[in-house]
Amino acid sequence: MTTDPFPPAETYTVTGTGPAAGRGPARVVIRGVRFILAHVPGLVAAGSKPRRELPAGGAALRAELRSRLRSFALAVAYPPHQVMIGSLAPEALREIARPWHRHPIAGARPRGPGGAIVDQMTFYAWLARADAANLVRFTEDFAARLADATGAGPIPAASAQQIARTLEDRGEPLFHEDERPVGAVAAGHEQDEALSATVLLENLAAKATGALALRRLLDEVDDPDPVEYLLGCGEEAVGDRYQRGGGNLAKAIGELAGVRTAGGADVKAFCAAPLHGLLMAGALVASGRYRRVVVVAGGSLAKLGMKFRGHLAAGYPVLEDVLAGVAIDVGRDDGHSPILRLDAAAVHRVGDGTAPHQMARVLTVEPLRALGLRLSDIDRYAVELHNPDITEPAGSGNVPAANYQVIAALAAQAGEIARSEMPAFAEAHGMPGYSPTQGHIASAIPYLPHAVAGLTDGALRRVQLVAKGSLFLGRMTAMGDGISMLMERNTLRTAERGGPDGGAQG
Amino acid sequence: MVELKGRLVLALGERDGIPAPALERCAVSAGGQVVYSTTQCFV
Amino acid sequence: MDLEEQGAIQRLVESGQRDRMVVVLGTPTAGSTRMVALTLTQGDPSYAGPLAGVPLGLPVYHILEDEVKAAIAAEVYEEEIGPLEFVLDKPGIMEALRQTRAGSGV
Repeated sequence: MTTDPFPPAETYTVTGTGPAAGRGPARVVIRGVRFILAHVPGLVAAGSKPRRELPAGGAALRAELRSRLRSFALAVAYPPHQVMIGSLAPEALREIARPWHRHPIAGARPRGPGGAIVDQMTFYAWLARADAANLVRFTEDFAARLADATGAGPIPAASAQQIARTLEDRGEPLFHEDERPVGAVAAGHEQDEALSATVLLENLAAKATGALALRRLLDEVDDPDPVEYLLGCGEEAVGDRYQRGGGNLAKAIGELAGVRTAGGADVKAFCAAPLHGLLMAGALVASGRYRRVVVVAGGSLAKLGMKFRGHLAAGYPVLEDVLAGVAIDVGRDDGHSPILRLDAAAVHRVGDGTAPHQMARVLTVEPLRALGLRLSDIDRYAVELHNPDITEPAGSGNVPAANYQVIAALAAQAGEIARSEMPAFAEAHGMPGYSPTQGHIASAIPYLPHAVAGLTDGALRRVQLVAKGSLFLGRMTAMGDGISMLMERNTLRTAERGGPDGGAQG
Repeated sequence: MVELKGRLVLALGERDGIPAPALERCAVSAGGQVVYSTTQCFV
Repeated sequence: MDLEEQGAIQRLVESGQRDRMVVVLGTPTAGSTRMVALTLTQGDPSYAGPLAGVPLGLPVYHILEDEVKAAIAAEVYEEEIGPLEFVLDKPGIMEALRQTRAGSGV
């Protein structure tokens, strides 16, 4: 029996701090972060690529895909997933031979200091809970199993005939362990493409995984302040035919996670959105307007199985089988959490070039130089941390390794290192990629659990987060996007200046 | 040398390699005319 | 190679002036270079897209090739390509192009 690690939300109520209590300009810290990986093999075929390619590939391709899906135990023991939840250091992956799925971690646990991995039953229970419009139905048999396994409240059920009718009427099937649907999502409107069952399943999946991450953060990060503002930074488009990307999933995620004290809004910037969200959260806290802001995002269902053909050809399991959610806690300086240096934030501007080295110069060299820092003063760069075991079989290369080579090349250009020292620089200041290819989730933030630990209890002094966004995919521009943020050990400036640093952040 | 002058150039960029806008500038500087331009992103 | 993109390029080529066309790639790896070069010369090797079995025979070059670099204004090349010339796997990309050309006769 699976136990739901996140029982139905109790609510967080407003505590007595009035608007004037402890307000005013402040230094900003990242107090904590939690990731959720929801292992959903039954939804891999609902990803955009499998959805388009399976019909042409026929029963044989469908059967091959199904035979390569992983068990929950293997998803938990997968070394990159253990890094995502903070149980294993990124650097430890260098000691494990690739491909990493051939070397599961013995005794791996689904919960870690940086998050948790939940199974499909737990995800479906939360999907039902996330459904505010009565559009999700499970078969009576499966609904009973779900309630029994997760301890969730009543799960909405329907007869097999009703499920079949929903599926005939443009519904979206939900699968568990075999080819028979265990449930369905109904369309939200007869003609509205923005409310089709396919789109609604994507949005509900993002809502559920975002809420799982937020809920875990609230339960585990000790913070005297209630959450006052939520910034959503996922990649879904929530709306209807008149406002297709209307948004504010942040608020819906907050509601599902049991938050009552916060309002919120969404930030949209493709994969760069989480760092744009951090910049805005930091500004809201630094200004004194809010004491505690959480940046939150759910997973991207469309990206499940995106590179499944490459994985099948390589003899790998289908590695894109998890939805990821994240919640990042941003607050006023508490004296020990890592400082988020807003004065060192850099945003790629309209007039900047978009080639990788041009982007890296704007995001790393320039803001660091403005602070009098060199590239080698950054202990670790957290770039787009896509797992190379996922990307390489599909011919997409090793994304983080390429990013580190570009930063190393800039260090060589600046005369900090010799060109022959580039590989050593990339290794010393970089790390292997380990993130699921969930777009915004992979963009620098998977390092946050390790950065927070390393900048408080560990030996790190400075970490730079560097994210990119592929704006050109939306056909509105040929531009890309990028943003970087600097995190610093809380006591660093105190130590370096030989005295307390009491002023507001620059 | 590859003669690009007077040629119709299809610029196929990739985000983690060289993106299309950079290819376009190069091709135009060589006298080429860009008729198709796209940047792929595989993550 | 992306199926929609295969279709777009096929339509462009079929609309005329094929003899004036030249492809310039910015692919980052030997593998991705080989895939695109094969698709646009001999046809889609994965047999999934509209160019399956359609040998367009377009001349395909990579921006990192010395013969391409020689045609481009030096200051533009330095600015737009710069360190990518030694960051990306240039020898691997060159080898992929050599093999593709040897196989297609283009």
